[in-house]
Amino acid sequence: MLGLGADRLRADMNRLLALLFHQGVLDEQFLQLQQLQDESSPNFVSEVVNIYFHESEKLLRNLRGLLMEKEFADYKKMGIHLNQFMGSSSSIGAKRVRNVCVAFRAASEQTNRAGCLRALELLEHEYCYLKNKLHELFQIEQQRALAAGVRYPMQN
Amino acid sequence: MVKMEDIGARILAGDHQVQYGQNQRTKIKALVVDDNMINQALHRTLLRNLGIENHVVGNGREAVDVHCSGRRFDLILMDLDMPVMNGIEATKKLRAMGIQSTIAGVSSRSVDENIQEFWEAGLDDYQQKPLNFPKLVSILQKVNHSV
Repeated sequence: MLGLGADRLRADMNRLLALLFHQGVLDEQFLQLQQLQDESSPNFVSEVVNIYFHESEKLLRNLRGLLMEKEFADYKKMGIHLNQFMGSSSSIGAKRVRNVCVAFRAASEQTNRAGCLRALELLEHEYCYLKNKLHELFQIEQQRALAAGVRYPMQN
Repeated sequence: MVKMEDIGARILAGDHQVQYGQNQRTKIKALVVDDNMINQALHRTLLRNLGIENHVVGNGREAVDVHCSGRRFDLILMDLDMPVMNGIEATKKLRAMGIQSTIAGVSSRSVDENIQEFWEAGLDDYQQKPLNFPKLVSILQKVNHSV
């Protein structure tokens, strides 16, 4: 019976992943990350994603800080932050976040401050959604691993 | 000599157990040059999973310095946009130093005039990020290494 718990949790994981692919939140690069996970690096995906969270939150703070400056004019710096964010998002398969970064960068290149502010809000929203869903995925994965590790009692 | 193309074909067919570094004596060495921590982790793991010994630095200046210290690599994965020294400058400097390693540019840019400038700096190959097994295998087929 306990083994069925692991199967059910695996089904839940697959359903969530399918939803995130269907919504365009993730793309196949995320599957590439999963392929790199093996016995020698069993937590590779969560480790890389946690680095991504840490870096992204720093970048979001920097972007908001720049745009809140009274005399803001450093669009070049903004572009550097956005390139970083785009690169990281592509590398983990965070497709929707990456696409918002592209639009944000376009507004930045046009020195359109209002457009940048709108893009930042959308970026924060998309990032938040992605982070929540990935946390949910990792929690299910942890529960599945625990459930799969429970053995059937010996029956005599 | 084992052909890189044969190994590459097996990997593209899904055989990720193939190792490029099965023989310690002839193990391929790679240098990852990228300022982004996620890309560093990704490229390092891709290379390690193929049995390729690798070293990571965070910008073009560090890539030049590691060569000045006497280290040599069969393959250099060179990012374009980096602080301190970018990929174009680093590639030019390495070629001016006589470094003949295979240098593959790896960047998020697709069609851009800087890619031409990157090529002209001395690249042997270029792949758009994100890097994955098929793209890395394609790069490795350009590496001049006897096994």
